[in-house]
Amino acid sequence: MPRPLASWLVAAVVLLSACGSTPTASTADPGVPQPGGTLRFAVSSDQGCVDPQQVGSNDTIFSLRQVVDSLTDQDPAGGELRPWLATSWESNADASSYTFTLREGVTFSDGTPLDAAAVKANFDAVQNLGARGTLPKGYLAGYVGTTVESPTRLTVAFDRPNVQFLQGTSTHSLGILSPATVARSDDDRCASVVGSGPFVIESYTRDESIVLAKRAGYAWGSSLWRSQGEAQLDRIEFRIVPESGVRVGSLASGEVDAIGNIAQQDEALLTAAGAQLLGRPNPGIPFGITFNQASPLGADPAVREAVSLAIDRAEVVATVYTSQTKPATSPLASTTPGYADQSALLPFDPARAGSVLDAAGWLPGPDGIRARNGTPLTVELTWYANSPANRAAVELIQQQVRKVGIDLQLREKPISENTPTLQSGQYVANWGNTTRADPDILRSTYSTAGNNYYRLPSGPLDEVLAQQAAQPDEAARAATVAQAQQLLVREHQTIPVVELTTVLGVAADVHGVAFDASSRIQLHDTWKVQP
Amino acid sequence: MTGRYLLRRLLAAVGVLWAAFTVSFVVLYLLPGDPVATMASGGLDGEPLPPEQLDALRARYGLDQPVLVQYGQRLLAALTGDFGTSIQNGQDVRSAILEALPPTLQISAAGLAVAVLFGGSVALVATYTRAFWLRQLLMALPSLAVSLPVFWVGLMLVQVFAFGLGLLPSVGANGPAALVLPAVTLGLPTGALLAQVLAKSLSHALGEPYVTTARAKGVGRASVHLRHALRNAALPALTVFGYIVGNLIAGSVVVETVFTRPGLGRLTVAAVGVQDIPVVQGVVVFAAAVFVLVNLAVDLIYPLLDPRIGVTS
Repeated sequence: MPRPLASWLVAAVVLLSACGSTPTASTADPGVPQPGGTLRFAVSSDQGCVDPQQVGSNDTIFSLRQVVDSLTDQDPAGGELRPWLATSWESNADASSYTFTLREGVTFSDGTPLDAAAVKANFDAVQNLGARGTLPKGYLAGYVGTTVESPTRLTVAFDRPNVQFLQGTSTHSLGILSPATVARSDDDRCASVVGSGPFVIESYTRDESIVLAKRAGYAWGSSLWRSQGEAQLDRIEFRIVPESGVRVGSLASGEVDAIGNIAQQDEALLTAAGAQLLGRPNPGIPFGITFNQASPLGADPAVREAVSLAIDRAEVVATVYTSQTKPATSPLASTTPGYADQSALLPFDPARAGSVLDAAGWLPGPDGIRARNGTPLTVELTWYANSPANRAAVELIQQQVRKVGIDLQLREKPISENTPTLQSGQYVANWGNTTRADPDILRSTYSTAGNNYYRLPSGPLDEVLAQQAAQPDEAARAATVAQAQQLLVREHQTIPVVELTTVLGVAADVHGVAFDASSRIQLHDTWKVQP
Repeated sequence: MTGRYLLRRLLAAVGVLWAAFTVSFVVLYLLPGDPVATMASGGLDGEPLPPEQLDALRARYGLDQPVLVQYGQRLLAALTGDFGTSIQNGQDVRSAILEALPPTLQISAAGLAVAVLFGGSVALVATYTRAFWLRQLLMALPSLAVSLPVFWVGLMLVQVFAFGLGLLPSVGANGPAALVLPAVTLGLPTGALLAQVLAKSLSHALGEPYVTTARAKGVGRASVHLRHALRNAALPALTVFGYIVGNLIAGSVVVETVFTRPGLGRLTVAAVGVQDIPVVQGVVVFAAAVFVLVNLAVDLIYPLLDPRIGVTS
């Protein structure tokens, strides 16, 4: 199905019809929140599961984040953890055990109390989750058990230092479900869950909609919210609309109030229709190129350095991505706690790329492609269609590196082949990203003690990555993480290119849509201007 | 109509179903990729699972067995109507298909109605009118309609009638209003096909001796057209009915995606995307069964409608 063509045709038609309408100005001062009403939100896919502990797709997390509360909340501004269900917490000296004090009077929507025993039941049950439980299992790596000291006090113990666990407690993946829910099987939980959040699941129709209703009597909101009481909206309808042209048209025509997954070509259209465009870079590993260092080309530092120097990140962002998108300036995205700017080590300098290759013996051939001892400098880049902008991005990079004599061959694979490809090592370079609001993502991605999908040689980086995982002191950990980022870029172990940015289109009369630290949304404070 | 003929047809039907099952199995297994890894990554950018955990999961879903063993097990289960459970969400495949069936049937029936109305009227008017230009215009319509991409027609209809004029809902499956645009989208190309077949056989029937006889007896033009010619001309159109049903099933994939309706088409698209082998197989075999049954029914009914045709072994 030639989708790009279709979206252009649709865009053209919508533009023509949008020209006739007068844009409604976005209100600068939204004023006092007005309770009530239904928010209609169109997303592009349905993961087929409504258990927050078993989903990883943003389209689904958008709705399920509203259904569960977490022990902590992470401040999107600085990355610090703030009270939510837990009023306070402390860890032991080596960060291998954590003690939480819970708020009193919290109940699940089935009426059962949310106490220390309920939290223990959740963490114990994570161990039995199947393939869909990857995220919570990662946060609880090395879990030994949870001790209930009183109804409001519990201690979680690990067999190793686990600093990243604390950030994990702020995510939807460790959102607390009722003990009756976690006692059921994985697949049963996918059909319905009971949480304690500001909204409850009213109905779920596969591939069609997830409808949420306000939880009456909710009074234990995150300390980061505008109010800790009931949500403003009465209902939220998440509709699954796979066709992007239809999503954009629905928002422009007022059929829905908000949509996810905006592409660059939709921006002008939505702005003309008076919609707000809200964006925030996803924390974690930005989109970029990482070589397989078990391959001859990947093992050649000159090749890796030259590719990095030959990429004009500013041009990639301006040509392909939405206006809120930033070029990558580190192996971590700028919204990740512990991020340290490495842009000085990531310049665009094609002349230097050429001299680096010359010095390494890669000399230009008759067709402009460099070669060494008869081997052409042909790099195969594997990429996946998991983000709409990927194709245009890698094609532009292909043209950019061609100018310094590097022949980049693009190989597209379905997203289902991502893990098997990296696991097997049957690739030369890979284009990808990972969303996670904790710098420990560097350890799970680049440490040779882990999966080591990129076949990095062991070195000083391993030690630095292990060190940060056991540093409860934030400032000390940030310094270690900065060191790790510098090592990664200096050795060109990875070539960060662009920060994936979540961009939503929101109608002018909707206010208070908040991004959380993971660039997912929190709709507790969201309200609609009531007629 | 003999018992032997029926038996032969039934055996052929079983053969087709087995072939559908086997081909879909082979294709799905030849596809590189790994449904378990897909599921573990949440289809997006989650952190990877360690290999030993992936292996344990494959064992849990029986994906670590040799391919032939898996094939045998699945085939035996399929014979009892058991197509296993979805790898993606653990739902029983049979109930997933049965759940997705009613909305698809609804849209197919509405699409068929549009097709018969549109195709029938085009063919009738084109063969009835004496205006040369109108006849030429109407005869050109079907080939135009057949060549329009279904998804484009759907998107254009949404843009004009839902977003532009606000007359009809753009998405969803609530109420009869939501059925209009998808039915038109699905019915146009099918109706065009029907119009082509019907117009051809109508022209042919109008040249038959019995039409001349009827006219000589003083029967009116309209009456000859509708009562004499159409009755005979409708039979060849019936033979493409099986093909039309196939068209409607295939069209539902596109129409359900564009109009965000639940159904078999959406189920298939989602399952193919994450290599949910049991679900894809279930849908393929089910669609093949529908196709085989419809064709068998048409072949058996045909002689009853047209006594001139007999079933010969």
